[in-house]
Amino acid sequence: MSDENGMRTHLGGHLRENGMLLALLAIVAFFAVLLQMQDRPVNFLQPLNIANLFLQNGHVIILALGMLLVIVAGHIDLSVGSVAAFTGAVSAWLIVTLGWPVWAAVPATLLVGAAIGAAQGYWVAWWRIPSFIVTLAGMMVFRGATMWMLGGQNIGPFPREFQFMANGYLPDLTGIGKPHGLTLILASAAIILLVSLGLKARVRDAKFGITPEPMGFFVFRMVVITAAIGFVGWQLASFRGFPIVMLILVVLTVIYAFFTENTVAGRRIYALGGNEKATKLSGIRTERMVFLCFVNMGVLAALAGMLVTARLNSATPKAGTGFELDAIASVFIGGAAMAGGSGKIVGVVIGALIMGVMNMGMSMMSLGIDYQQMIKGAVLLAAVWFDIYNKQKRG
Amino acid sequence: MTSSSSLLEMRNIGKSFPGVRALDQVNLSVAPGEIHAICGENGAGKSTLMKVLSGVYPAGSYDGEIHYDGATASFRSIRDSEAKGIIIIHQELALVPLLSIAENMFLGNEVANRGVISWPEAWAKTAALLQKVGLRESPQTPVEKLGVGKQQLIEIAKALAKDVRLLILDEPTAALQENDSAKLLDLMLELKAQGVTQIIISHKLNEIRRVADRVTVIRDGSTVSTMTRDEITEDRIIRDMVGRDMANRYPHREPQIGEVLMEVRDWNVTHPEQPRQVIRDAGFTVRRGEIVGIAGLMGSGRTELAMSLFGRSYGREIRGAVTIKGERADLSTVPAAIAAGLAYVTEDRKHLGLILDEPIAKNVSLANLRGIAERGVLSRGREAQVAEGYRQAMRIRTPTVFQQVGNLSGGNQQKVVLSKWLFTEPDVLILDEPTRGIDVGAKYEIYNIMNELAAQGRGVVMISSEMPELLGMCDRICVMNEGRIIGELPKAEASQEAIMAMILRDGTSEEDVTNGERVA
Repeated sequence: MSDENGMRTHLGGHLRENGMLLALLAIVAFFAVLLQMQDRPVNFLQPLNIANLFLQNGHVIILALGMLLVIVAGHIDLSVGSVAAFTGAVSAWLIVTLGWPVWAAVPATLLVGAAIGAAQGYWVAWWRIPSFIVTLAGMMVFRGATMWMLGGQNIGPFPREFQFMANGYLPDLTGIGKPHGLTLILASAAIILLVSLGLKARVRDAKFGITPEPMGFFVFRMVVITAAIGFVGWQLASFRGFPIVMLILVVLTVIYAFFTENTVAGRRIYALGGNEKATKLSGIRTERMVFLCFVNMGVLAALAGMLVTARLNSATPKAGTGFELDAIASVFIGGAAMAGGSGKIVGVVIGALIMGVMNMGMSMMSLGIDYQQMIKGAVLLAAVWFDIYNKQKRG
Repeated sequence: MTSSSSLLEMRNIGKSFPGVRALDQVNLSVAPGEIHAICGENGAGKSTLMKVLSGVYPAGSYDGEIHYDGATASFRSIRDSEAKGIIIIHQELALVPLLSIAENMFLGNEVANRGVISWPEAWAKTAALLQKVGLRESPQTPVEKLGVGKQQLIEIAKALAKDVRLLILDEPTAALQENDSAKLLDLMLELKAQGVTQIIISHKLNEIRRVADRVTVIRDGSTVSTMTRDEITEDRIIRDMVGRDMANRYPHREPQIGEVLMEVRDWNVTHPEQPRQVIRDAGFTVRRGEIVGIAGLMGSGRTELAMSLFGRSYGREIRGAVTIKGERADLSTVPAAIAAGLAYVTEDRKHLGLILDEPIAKNVSLANLRGIAERGVLSRGREAQVAEGYRQAMRIRTPTVFQQVGNLSGGNQQKVVLSKWLFTEPDVLILDEPTRGIDVGAKYEIYNIMNELAAQGRGVVMISSEMPELLGMCDRICVMNEGRIIGELPKAEASQEAIMAMILRDGTSEEDVTNGERVA
């Protein structure tokens, strides 16, 4: 196989992953240039915006992580917005009304989320009621439950520690202060870790005869990732440092990426999404895996619900409206298949960031919510069309 | 033969896909009114050739010329070729199960006036067509209520409704039982008498002998030979298909049979939905190093017996006892059955055996993920090693184990399924139609693998609808009928006649009993 041929087949196979990253960068660049060219130029890439991107979209990424597992298993969860609102209300009731300490209320709320996920997963997994129907019911039930719980009013304000989860920044343990030393250390560590993991994977691939990514691509990808993390790290360090939300996101992303690609349980979920009958006949308890995917989704919905409640500093009956759609859109923009069995955590996070960057960029251009919705819809369709077009061309 | 006397003349057809030359220099000429068979191993290019002919691959996307009915044909879609009377019936039938026969018959071509369907007319026309293909069913019967054989006839009737001139049947009898196959072949001969030219793609050499006027053999994307009726012999076709002589279709084995490995007693299974007993008091034994065949007609309960044994994957109210290696085995769930040393290789590998979108490596490890993991964390390296080991041992023809299973030929897919089950280290393997839909060369390799498994001291149960295969491979054949194992024949006494006689005699006595009950 010639070099050029190798490159082409590689591009074909990995167009999606690399394309997503490039699309995100292109969209960022697009807004940066456009906002700079306005009458009153705005710096899109200023530290405040970067921090806000994560603070304001953290809940979407968290929901999308859980949604990926549900979708990979061949299901869907429409209830996450309502569940997030309900668990937000539960946390408010525990902390504000009952006066529970935050350290007790947070795990208790996560448990409530798990119980809700279990209740829905039970019907989907063992009674085989289509998840669309079960979670549509859940969407209505928990929206109603939220209103009932809050009695049509907002509950707040919360103690400092609870808000800190959503608005806080890591203290600078190095004592430098400005720039924020810890942030720089974390960014450097992330770069070193990613590059060394990449190199390790190449060595492993070569050992088992997997055609490795052409060196040029690998170097290019590493340079792009290093530059992006370095830039974000520096900007954050020169501002207020590392947001707590971002820490939660990074830790969850790493855990879920590892879980989906390197564990027995993760593999079973992909297998059952790829062919449930074959997986069941291979001795895997598929019902239990589906059930656990929904339990996991419930826990993450509760986490997202608390983050949003903490950020707004109040639990409201209307919280979480439309979250499910943002999460589902992120998963599909991120390259998962509706039929199940495929999709990657990294893709989903990039998908969610693309949505977040577009939300922020369009708002800063003072584009109306009407246009924003239309454009986001078009981007979702375009991303999935690109997938299918690409597949057909290769098939 | 010159083009003037041919209905169809395909010359020097070539077709490339990225990285593969699927067809190269294929020549095919079909005379009006003949039945022309096309033979070739899976992946030889038969289906690709038919797609070129029917316009699925539009004119311009392939090399060479097609002359049809005295003119150069350049079909751009199936519509174009259908308009000229060329109709393909694919292996996977294209009927809508919930719609009636009449609705299916005129789907896309409705008997309608300004969009309003005239049902009485449609039913009358359907009835006439059904009569032509010898099917006695009401036009209003939903297609899902019919067996595969009858559905096949409906496809043919559908083709007749479109004024077919060249009918192409892609492995029409692959899913049919012998008597349905025979009916279909008779119908083909009848259509021939009415002047319909036909092309049949088939693996079954005895059928080709029966209906074909000429045979064209394709190997590795090129035409190897075309033979006329009196030249057709199975040996020659096989030789041309695989490119070598096949002195013996079943590899030789010196059986070394040991102690009883698995014993099934009084096995009873009820249908999952209907209040009907599917398996009744079935029992059999498998010894170490033995290949035991299970023969029986379709619907006799062979697959149901196997799947109900394998972790109760079929049926309900399952009763009976199984001992493996002298101990009572718990087969209540699939994981328990695997742990007890049982493996079931399904007859339906695409739907029940494989994840087609995943690579070989991930399919091989699926039934024993713990075998490549430590404390729940997978080792990709170990997975690749395991799969690579099986790729070499089984001779799975693919450059790497990272190839998607869906891209492999039937024979190679079957080897992947076998690898998956061998990785669970089973004592007893139940192979359900292990050679269905795979070509002659690959069949031989599967037989070799089976012999190897027996030689390793495992017990092998082979379910098959092809009696010659059972006779050629098994040390002992259990005969099933209507959910019971009605008898057992050692290799020396087994013959097609003996098995059929057993089944037929069982059928009559069964009837006597029911009659007796009625009288009483």
